[in-house]
Amino acid sequence: MSKFKKKTSASQDIPTAALPDIIFMLLFFFMVTTVLRETEIKVEQKIPKAEQMKKIERKSLVSYLYIGKPKQTERFGGEAKIQANDVFVEPKDILLWVAKEKDKLAEAERDKITIALKVDSEAKMGIISDVQQQLRKANARKLMYNTLKLTNKDKQNSLL
Amino acid sequence: MARSKGRATAEVNAGSMADIAFLLLIFFLVTTTIASDKGLSLTLPPEKDDAEEIDLKIKERNLFKVAINSADRLLVEGERMDDYTKIKDMLIEHVMNPGNNPELAENPQDAIVSFKTDRGTSYEIYINVLDQLQGAYYQIYADRAGIPVDEFRALNTSNPKERAIYDRGKGDIPMAISIAEPTNIGGK
Repeated sequence: MSKFKKKTSASQDIPTAALPDIIFMLLFFFMVTTVLRETEIKVEQKIPKAEQMKKIERKSLVSYLYIGKPKQTERFGGEAKIQANDVFVEPKDILLWVAKEKDKLAEAERDKITIALKVDSEAKMGIISDVQQQLRKANARKLMYNTLKLTNKDKQNSLL
Repeated sequence: MARSKGRATAEVNAGSMADIAFLLLIFFLVTTTIASDKGLSLTLPPEKDDAEEIDLKIKERNLFKVAINSADRLLVEGERMDDYTKIKDMLIEHVMNPGNNPELAENPQDAIVSFKTDRGTSYEIYINVLDQLQGAYYQIYADRAGIPVDEFRALNTSNPKERAIYDRGKGDIPMAISIAEPTNIGGK
């Protein structure tokens, strides 16, 4: 019995002197990885999943188009819409938009512009193909369909 | 006067440093969106006027036809299909044609995939099928290069060493996925 009552003389404090350093490390990690949103996305974005993904090689050459049902259906209706920067555009306006985006790039790199399409899963192919026809006209032919990673769990769910 | 100053402790109180750092940390935690800039890449064909209108004769056996209608039903090589995950293996067999089957592609260089959708097809199934089609080609390339398929996709083509592996895998087999203009049956 007496064995259990034996008191140790060591202090029982956890040293917290390194805590600020740890917090700072975490802080720097998040500061570095953070990308502040430039535009408010006004359309639904439930991005589909795929396996064969590639990374965008140079981010400065990418311009984004968001396609999906507007979040404020009472103001903009339930039909899928295209959002470029922070406004809704019609497919025919894309020609002008691409020209503006190309102007932002250096002259030698204008042909390498990549358009990233962030499209909601429920969108229909009709609007996508309208966009693609316009992009062909604007000679911005490199496309990227943004997707999320398909995990094994998703595969099992889809089989059920 | 000068002496009393000297006696005072010259330390900055750093006890609240952790709290300040915590506040900043929480701010960045909340505002952070980890960039998800990955996806399926694709190059559109040039505008019709630019390309010389060559009436290409494509032999029926070289074509691998995939069509999706407005109800998201699949038609692959003339047959109805419910499980799109089978397309990948079918396409690999079509392109490589290991058994010299007279109904499959003559040689890998001539194989062409024709992918047709309808205006009413949902984007999700389009991506799923495109994923399968591209997956088949990446699988073929990776096998030829002798590396796992994940590594092949991650190759950086601006690095000469990785470019060499990429070229060895791709060789003269083009990723010929032709996305036809959609029909308008289920559209508005």
